[in-house]
Amino acid sequence: MRRRLLPHPLFSLSLLVVWLMLVNKVTPGNVLLGAILGVFVPMLTAPYWPGQPHIKKPLKMVEYVLVVIWDIVVANFQVARIILFKRNEDIRSGWVCVPLEITAPEAITLLAGTITMTPGTVSAMLSADGTSILVHYLHDDDPDTIVEEIKTRYERRLKEMFP
Amino acid sequence: MNMFVEIVISFFLVVAGIFGLVGSFGMVKLKDTMQRLHAPTKATTVGVGGVLIASMVYFLLVKGTLSFHELLITLFLFLTAPVSAHFIAKTFIQAKMKPEELPGSESDYGWAIYDDPPTYYDKD
Repeated sequence: MRRRLLPHPLFSLSLLVVWLMLVNKVTPGNVLLGAILGVFVPMLTAPYWPGQPHIKKPLKMVEYVLVVIWDIVVANFQVARIILFKRNEDIRSGWVCVPLEITAPEAITLLAGTITMTPGTVSAMLSADGTSILVHYLHDDDPDTIVEEIKTRYERRLKEMFP
Repeated sequence: MNMFVEIVISFFLVVAGIFGLVGSFGMVKLKDTMQRLHAPTKATTVGVGGVLIASMVYFLLVKGTLSFHELLITLFLFLTAPVSAHFIAKTFIQAKMKPEELPGSESDYGWAIYDDPPTYYDKD
């Protein structure tokens, strides 16, 4: 019964919260409308979204978000410095392949998004079976450290959340 | 409105403006599409973020209301920026690059635009 009515409880909850933030006012009517959205949108989209992510240790998510936000701010300064103070001939960019250990689609999506938002890297493509990810870096003298950093800083944390 | 609040709001607006400018300058300066992709996905995040923080501080301390719209803009920005960057990168590779120019994929299958995903029959 619960699976039929609320196939994705977390999704329903976030729809309700996003709705309340959109109208910017917490009244009983808005909560009711948000709850109705939270029930019907997951129900209607359930056929396109068969699996359910298994998140272990949800508190790890908070730590992950804080680490990523900090890295985004640092990334902004690094990229700004490269743009402003490096001559074009000195910028050495290139591609690296990062082999993945995580298998959950949600975790890979999160990792790809994180790579794009953080220091000097953009994720460009997955391999056909989804076990490695192609990353473009703007400037680095030692490409091996990029793979190492992505794996230890982000993938390790994601692996704990999506076992 | 007191002086201190004004200074804080102006500080965030100026920082945001500088980063927005640097991001746009990067688009002009850098050499190829993949390098140019780095400028808007990163240098502008603090640009947009700074304006949003300034807006939140303004509504909270000057108007006295709590506004959540800025948090939603941040959320949607973080959802859309990586996805569109991924699309642009993939289209660029498809249109302008040869498979030999990329590093190998370190798995049994090649990169997604050159190789088919494993089918049901491949799994034994």
